[in-house]
Amino acid sequence: MTIVFAIFLLTMLVITAVAIVQSSNLFVSVMLTSIFSLLMSTNFFVLDAADVALTEAAVGAGITTVIFLSALALTATQEKPNRSGRGIALIVVGLTASLIIYATFDKPRLGDPDAPVHQHVAPYYLDNTMEQMGFPNVVTAVLSSYRGYDTLGEVFVVFAACIGVLFILDARTGTGPKYVTRKMTGLRHHLIPQVVGRILVPFIVLFGLYVQFHGEYGPGGGFQAGAIIATAFILYSLLEGEQAALRAVPRSAQLGLVICGALMFGMVGVLCMIMGGEFLDYSVLMENPVTARQIGIIVIEAGVGMAVCGAMLSIFHAFAARSAEDTDEAV
Amino acid sequence: MKLFEFLGYYNYWVFAILLMIGFYAVIAKANLIKKLIGLSIFQSAVFLMYISMDKVEGGTAPIIKPGVVDQLYSNPLPQVLILTAIVVGVSTLALGLAIVVRIKERYGTIEENEILDAD
Repeated sequence: MTIVFAIFLLTMLVITAVAIVQSSNLFVSVMLTSIFSLLMSTNFFVLDAADVALTEAAVGAGITTVIFLSALALTATQEKPNRSGRGIALIVVGLTASLIIYATFDKPRLGDPDAPVHQHVAPYYLDNTMEQMGFPNVVTAVLSSYRGYDTLGEVFVVFAACIGVLFILDARTGTGPKYVTRKMTGLRHHLIPQVVGRILVPFIVLFGLYVQFHGEYGPGGGFQAGAIIATAFILYSLLEGEQAALRAVPRSAQLGLVICGALMFGMVGVLCMIMGGEFLDYSVLMENPVTARQIGIIVIEAGVGMAVCGAMLSIFHAFAARSAEDTDEAV
Repeated sequence: MKLFEFLGYYNYWVFAILLMIGFYAVIAKANLIKKLIGLSIFQSAVFLMYISMDKVEGGTAPIIKPGVVDQLYSNPLPQVLILTAIVVGVSTLALGLAIVVRIKERYGTIEENEILDAD
């Protein structure tokens, strides 16, 4: 039964992707990418990747769509027809697709327990997590401890991208007179979204915090929680307008979250070195290595959550503030 | 049985097709936002391939059930790699969109051929 469902979902994915590329209205394309992400997330869930499904649902279907929409508001919603080079592109794409499909016959079949990917380090993680970390979610253990270096790198990439967006869009941290006198934006006059959204926002934040602090025992962790909490604040600013959202979480607080989060992660690593261990080897932090690892993981997961939440909010507000400035100049 | 063996590759075929749909949007479309949408489809296709590799038949999500001995679990490693890649993906996508917004302000258009003509 699951296989029929999986095949249905995968086919829907292909259909949605074709529709996204075919549509010449960019607004339609962006809304379809949201559906695409939701289908993708269901697919991940069918393939046993609960943590990834949670991330894809929060980031792909939520934040990506909002960022795309705010970019559309600043550019254009209609794609101009352009037919040049279409034939040759189709030939290239068709040839490459058939080559890749031909190559897949050499891959191990889906779910094959003897596939090379399952032989190397994965059994070690599965066998030792319970004993070394003392909690059951292997994904969190690998993410924050066994492969902590990778995660530190990823957090700094998010940090760098966030700084890049702020520089390119020239978003200022100060609150000049422009921000005080500006008119209310957002969905103030739409009653139903207003009421429903107001009720939802605190629960989304609560769920985000649950995902953050329950990440060791169930699907979740800093990346998902950061994205979920950021969506709550983005929803708030869509409902109440830029202005009110910036009053709730000012620009400096958003940047502070990103910087503190990334630093917290790095400092735990340095602290481990000072205590005589290796970088990000949490076991030296306390007498009992299992408790020490748990504490280290809780701290770095909190750092990841803060960094991701702050980065997503800064990026969203950088786009939103720019559109507000533009309309001000137009008026 | 033969059919099920054949369907075991279906995920990888969908991966190949999605990858190429995304690639087509990147090379054939002149609209810069459409190119970025194509790039994110391309990216999602790679995610799908990694997550397809983690599945173990009869396995479940890699959250250990204490006390259960002979439970199979899917591979946690590809999940970790993709989990972080999704968040990095949205940040880099935002960077690309920010550049597109600046191009629009400078050139008044986001169609590649018109930008090339303007230069």
